[in-house]
Order: sequence, then C-alpha cells, then structure tokens
Amino acid sequence: MQPKLGLTGWLRWFWRQLTSMRTALFLLLMLAIASIPGSLVPQRTSDPNGVTQYFTDNPDLAPILDKLQAFDVYTSAWFSSIYLLLFISLIGCVIPRTKHHFQALRAKPPTTPARLGRLSGFTTQDAPAHTDARDAITHARTVLKSSGYRVARFDSDTESSVSAERGYLRETGNLVFHAALVGILVTVGFGGGYGFSGQRVLVEGQTFVNTLLAYDSFNPGRFFDDSTLDPYTLSLDDFSVSYEQRNLQAYGQPIDFTADVTVTPKGEAAEPSAVKVNGPLRTNGTSIYLLGNGYAPTIQVTAPDGTVVFSDSVPFLPQDANLTSLGIVKVPDGLAEQLGMIGFFYPTQDKAASGANFSSYPDLEYPLLTLNVYTGDLGLNAGVPTSVYALDTDTLTQQTGGKTDVASIELKPGESAALPGDLGTVSFVDNNPTASAAGDFTQSVPRFASFDIHHDPTQIWLISFSLLVLFGLFTGLLVPRRRVWVKATTRIDGTVHLEYAGLARGDDPALEAAVTTVADRHLKLLKTHQPVVAHPESI
Amino acid sequence: MNLTDSALLNSYSLYALYSAMAVYALAFIAFAVDLARRSSAVGAIEAAELIETDAASPAGFTASAGSTVTLKRPVLSRISARMDNDAALPYGRSSSLRVGVALTVLAWALHLAATIMRGFAADRVPWANMYEFAMTGTLLIMTVFLIVLVRSDLRFLGTFVTGLVLVLLGVAALQFYVEVAPLPPALQSAWLVIHVFVASLATGMFALGFALSAVQLLQFRRENSALEAAAAPRSAVASALRLRFLATLPSSATLENLSYRINIIGFILWTFTLMAGSIWAEQAWGRYWGWDTKEVWTFIIWVIYAGYIHARATRGWRGSRSAWLSIIGFSAVMFNFGIVNVFFKGLHAYSGL
Ligand code: HEM
Repeated sequence: MQPKLGLTGWLRWFWRQLTSMRTALFLLLMLAIASIPGSLVPQRTSDPNGVTQYFTDNPDLAPILDKLQAFDVYTSAWFSSIYLLLFISLIGCVIPRTKHHFQALRAKPPTTPARLGRLSGFTTQDAPAHTDARDAITHARTVLKSSGYRVARFDSDTESSVSAERGYLRETGNLVFHAALVGILVTVGFGGGYGFSGQRVLVEGQTFVNTLLAYDSFNPGRFFDDSTLDPYTLSLDDFSVSYEQRNLQAYGQPIDFTADVTVTPKGEAAEPSAVKVNGPLRTNGTSIYLLGNGYAPTIQVTAPDGTVVFSDSVPFLPQDANLTSLGIVKVPDGLAEQLGMIGFFYPTQDKAASGANFSSYPDLEYPLLTLNVYTGDLGLNAGVPTSVYALDTDTLTQQTGGKTDVASIELKPGESAALPGDLGTVSFVDNNPTASAAGDFTQSVPRFASFDIHHDPTQIWLISFSLLVLFGLFTGLLVPRRRVWVKATTRIDGTVHLEYAGLARGDDPALEAAVTTVADRHLKLLKTHQPVVAHPESI
Repeated sequence: MNLTDSALLNSYSLYALYSAMAVYALAFIAFAVDLARRSSAVGAIEAAELIETDAASPAGFTASAGSTVTLKRPVLSRISARMDNDAALPYGRSSSLRVGVALTVLAWALHLAATIMRGFAADRVPWANMYEFAMTGTLLIMTVFLIVLVRSDLRFLGTFVTGLVLVLLGVAALQFYVEVAPLPPALQSAWLVIHVFVASLATGMFALGFALSAVQLLQFRRENSALEAAAAPRSAVASALRLRFLATLPSSATLENLSYRINIIGFILWTFTLMAGSIWAEQAWGRYWGWDTKEVWTFIIWVIYAGYIHARATRGWRGSRSAWLSIIGFSAVMFNFGIVNVFFKGLHAYSGL
C-alpha cells in the first residue's frame, strides 16, 4: 500500500515534476513546435493584410483557425501557457540551485578520496630525494592557488594531500543566464506598457508637434500617460532619394533615402538633423524611424466663382517599385456637389501596348497625374470615421474614367482641367515652374515621408539582460569546473610518492591536460625549492 | 570602381567559383574513396581475425594465406591530445585522405578568391542576396571545418562537408545567381555585416555538429550490434553492417562529446545572431521583435539547440536522443536558409529572386 498523499503532498509532487529537468526539456521542445504555425499562417500583428487575404482565400478554414487563435499564435492561450509554465519551471529550478550554489561558494573543497587511481589524468611520480611530504603539499597548494583553485589541505601521519576546486563561475554563469532570461521575459511583458508608438506622415515643408492630436495613429501602452508627451516639433525640410543609374542590372533601384529634418525641443533652439532607413533619430526620449515615402502632388480645386475650395499636397501611396502611386482627394464643401477623386500618379509616365499608363522609373522624369472624378455623398456626415486613403464609391456617381465614356482627367505639373458638370476646375500645382519650364521636372512634385515615432523606456533593460545572457552562456558553457587532488605519501624508506588526479564537473575536454600541467609545475617547483641544505639533518 | 571593371571582376569571381566547385567535387571523390578503403581494410582485418580465432593462433596477427593484408593492427593515427582516438580499429591517414584534404584546401582558396572578388565587384560585403549569402555562408562552413581540423582529427567528415558545400553552391549558382547590384537602403547597415557573418559561422558549427551526431548514431548502432555479436555468429553481423568504415572512427561517446563541444559554440554564436538581428530590426523597422517568419525560425532553431543542451543534462536523454535533437536543429537551420528565404513571405525578402 502506498501512503496517501495529502493536498500538500500532491502539490509538492506536482512542483517537483514541474521543476524537473525532464519537464524543462519537454516544455522547450513544445515551445519550438508551438512556434511553427505562426510562420505558416499570416499573423495579425505582423501581416494584417495577409490575414484578410487568408480569410478571402479560405472562407471555410479561416474561421476554424481563428478559433484556434492561429492568427495570433504568439499571444494565444496555448502558446502563452507553454512559455509561462516553462518560466515557472525555470524560476522553481533556479532558486534552489542559487541557494545551493551560494553554499558551495562558501564550502571548503571536499576531502581527498582515498583512491585517486580511477580518476581522470591520474599521474604518479616519485618526489625528488629528501622531499618532505608536507612541504611537497605546501608547494602543490601554491601551484594550485596560483592557477585559480580554491584549496583545502589534509594531513595525517603518513600522507598529506591538497584538494582543489575551480570553475564556480560555470554555475554562476548558468544561473545568471537563466535569471537574465526571466529578466527579458518580464521586460518584454511589461515594457511595452510604458511606451507608445505613433505614425505621422509629413510632406516636405510640413511640421509636426509631438502631441496626441498631431498623430495620424497613436498606440499608447497600458501604463502610458499622454500628458508626459514632450511637445517638441519636427519639420521635414527636404526628402532626398538617389537611384542607381549607372548599373543597368539595377537601374532605378533606390540607393539612399534621407529625410532632412529640423527638431526644435520646447523652448530651445532648432537643430538640423536627418532620419535614414537604417538610422533612426533619437531625440527627446523618442526614436523616429523612416518607414515609408512617396509623392504628394499638390492639388487645387477651384469653384466656378474662383474661390479655392481645396488646396493640399496629398500623399499618394506607392503601388510598385517605380512608384506608380494611388491617392484620394475629398472635397466635401464649397462646390455644388460633394466631390471625390481617385488619382494615379506616375513619376515617369509610359504607355503600355494596351494603352494603360504605367511608371517606368521612380524619379520625376515625366510626371503625370490622372484623376477619376466621383460626385455624390462622401459619407463624411454620418459620424463614422473614414480613412483618408480610401474612397467609398458606393454612394457616389462616377463622372470620368472607367465605364463612363468620359476620359479620365490627365494633368502634367502646372496644368488645369475643368471638372465635369461645370463643378469648377482642378489643377496640378507645379512646385517649381521655372525648372519644369526648362524640362527639369525633378522639383515639380513634393515628396512625403512617413515616420514611426516610438518611446520605449525598456530598451536599455533589454540590452543589459541580453549582455547578461551572453556572459552567462560564455561562462556557463565554456568555463571548466573541475577538482584536482595532489597527494604525497611517505614510504617506509622515507621517499615520497606523489599522486595527481582530477574530476570533471560537466563537460571538460582539457581536464587531463590540466592535471598534467599541475603535476609538471609542481615537480619543477619541488626540484628548484628542495635544495639539499633545506634538510641538513638528512645529510 | 567603374562598371566594366566591376563586370570583369564579377566574371572572374564566377570562374573562380566554378573552379572551386570542380575541385570540391574531386575532394569529395577522394574522401569517399578513403571511406571505401577504410571499409575494405576493416573487412580484411575481420576476415583475418576470424581465421585467427578459428586457428586459436597467438596474438599479433599475420596475413593469412591467400589474402595480402598489409595493414598492421596498431596503426594509430596521430590525433591531437584533445581527442582520444578510441576507434575500435585505429586507421592511419590513407593517401586518398591526404589528397582529399589538399584538394579541399585548394578549393577553399579558390572559393575565398571568388567571394572576395564578388565583394570588390559590388563594392560592399558579399552577402546581400541569396547567391552571395550562399557563397559566403559555405565559405565559412568550410573555414570552420578546416580550422577545426587543426585541433581535432575530423577528416573523416570530409565527404559530408565537401558534399554539403557542393550542393549548396550548386543550387546558389544555378538558381539564385543575380548580377551585382547596390545595397538597397534597408540593408545598408553595419549590422548586416555582423549579423549575417556570425549567423554563417554558427551554421558552420551546426553543420559539423550535425555530421558528428549522425555518425554517432551509426556508430552507436554498430557498437550495439558488436555487443550482440559476442553472442551471435560474427560473420552474420559483420555482413549485416555495410558501413564497415565506422570501425575506424571514434566511439559514439567520443563523437557525442565532440558534437556537443562544437554545437555549444554554434549555440553561443546563434544567440548572438538573434540579438544582433533584433538590434538591427529595431533600427530598420522600429521594433526589435515582430515574429516575422524569419525571426520565428531563428527563434525555433535557438530553442531546439537549448533543448539539445538540456537533453545532454537530462537522465535518459544523453546519447542517441540528444543526437537526434542536434540533427533536427541543423535541419531547421537548412530549412530556414533554403525554404523560408525562398517560399515564405516576410520582411527578410532580400533573396533577390
Ligand atoms: C526558457 C527556458 C530555458 C532556456 C532557453 C534554457 C536554456 C539553457 C541553456 C542555453 C543552457 C546552457 C547554458 C549554460 O549552461 O549557461 C542551459 C543549461 C541548464 N538549464 Fe536551462 N533553459 C531554460 C529553462 C530551464 C529550466 C526550466 C531548468 C530547470 C528545470 C533549466 C535547467 C538547466 C540546467 C540544470 C542547465 C545546466 C545543464 C548542463 O549542466 O549542461 N533550464 N539552459
């Protein structure tokens, strides 16, 4: 009959199972397997459009996968429970080991085993004549101490020995490694809560003030307090792009994007600076990243009576590598009807055999703007927020382009055209008419840059924990922990017999070499330090 | 550099690469011949021993009538102090093994030249697309192998390493070749240099660890059947095992230790790769970790090898089970390089396909 386990008995049993090495291994392997689905199915966090597409392509499968949280693998209940269990196991494993390690650090090396013969690197030597066993061990102790061993000596009538141990750093490293992993998990888990990330598109010449309302989108962490936003200003002075032109294999490939900006901290002088693709700007506690760019054609709409009802540089979203770009213009007020336009912008316009426009080069060589005009209800009055990058055409009537018989409006920089139905005129404003007149369009259309602005106070912690992880790995895996013993026995005839041996604790490829080195150094020391005069009575 | 010089240098780079592949192929053959010779030498010894035991002849063996066995049993290969050669039948370095190593060094020099010329032709580090990454990655795998050879006698892995590098280079040159192109802004970073370089070094380590683990499994099987052979009739077992050369390789325990030592170096490098990658991701994309496909697989590989290290310290998991984890780990590395880069979509779309 087995004794009955009480509740505490069961809990203790469960805890012992959870913190066992076997469970740690099992959970690690589970973690590896559980990570796989997230690479096969698009994830909401990294690829939201992919998820939408997946639902369209697999209408039957997608809802089932969604129930299983397959589109949010890394925040799913099952993934989280694996890594949380793993980390509970880790903590339960590391705490007792730390305690044990502290004791080991204070303890003396263990007594010398009676028989060294079976241990690694076992070596025997006869000490030089007239050596005294105790002196020999004193020298051995010196040799071992100078090689970084902790030592304890043991003397009896017939034999003396020294027991030495080194490499406590191995276990220290291992514990630091595991603890730093917990540190990383905690930092990642809570860290996001203290920061924010926001996006803002700026056209050349525009300025942004770091306040909540100025962001196009803003995602604060749980613990972030909006009032702590530091209201510095950021202006985009110039956005420059250079394209490969010599190498025909890579013709038109961008080689550099630079946003020249001016940062003005509140109440301080303005400072010119730059943001590049791999070079975020760190300023006023935030990091500013350059994540996108494109053209923002300046479009003006004028009512028949000559009042300007719309005038803005509208960011057009790039659709391909040659920057064919798509943009939306909405004019809710000032005209006889509400007006919406879907525009295509081609920085270097070209015509395919089918007659369709396309862009053949990303820079402004031969810019063209085409506009499809819609009239009707823009849907802005319903109070539902709408995207500035999308036009809901359901409640609108198309006036130009598409199935209408009216051709789309096509404008080159500086040109204007009448809107259908005598609504007024639309112009494509040229940013630099003088240069364009001379055939150089490169200044005719302003560019925009989209910035991500982040505040993450935990990065410094992450870096520190990562360095500890590396330190822990180096020492925990590569520092050998070993014991070495030297024993001196006095034979009946008075000569001294020396024995050397070692024991590895963990993987230790160099143990035998280490024992041999100790033996060699010891013998050398004995030979030099054992002059005959040291024992005059024995002469 | 002007464009014609660049194009010229790139074509020299290609010539050098194809020559390197040809010499690697010859080295592969030489290594394979060495394995075959080992097998036949083992066969000869076993045959001789069989006669020896039948005739109960005294120790110290001589060639029996009919066969001309010139191999003396205690031909010990000179092995560095770091590794005991505890092979069942120690075997010296055959001439084909020497030829294999010499050819490998020659091919490596050509490979190095090809990579350097590609770098100069492009005027930047030569690992910015799949083709270049494969070229540099295999160069580093080979470099790791040649450096490890100085410390431990792993020449018997020559067939595997030259074979692996040859296949990867072949696929790279035929499928992934792209002309020299400038670096897109997203790749213009010092972290490209560090991250990719260290990842390739780690891959080199994992490749050797994988090969050692695979041989370890075979060796373990051989040792087990050798134990059984004490009971069973010997010839049946000997013929059941076609991989006779295994008898000339270190014991499975030694192979396991070697594999572990190489894999832990790989693991440290991989940990660094993962961290350097996050630092770069933070600079380029504004977040240090986003579960992008490539990040996922880098993480999976890291966890598998963490599991491997744990397995070595877990009762019941040492030996063959941990060897399987090392094999799975390297398979994941190859999957990450070959499949994920090419077929999965994600931010790491630098493959230049
Ligand atoms: C997030 C989960 C974990 C990871 C990624 C991890 C990773 C590692 C790594 C890389 C090592 C070798 C590094 C060194 O020795 O410094 C190691 C060793 C070790 N880990 Fe963990 N570990 C995890 C959880 C655990 C847990 C839960 C336990 C306890 C049950 C544990 C116990 C150990 C032990 C005892 C060693 C020493 C192994 C040896 O002597 O070779 N680990 N771990």
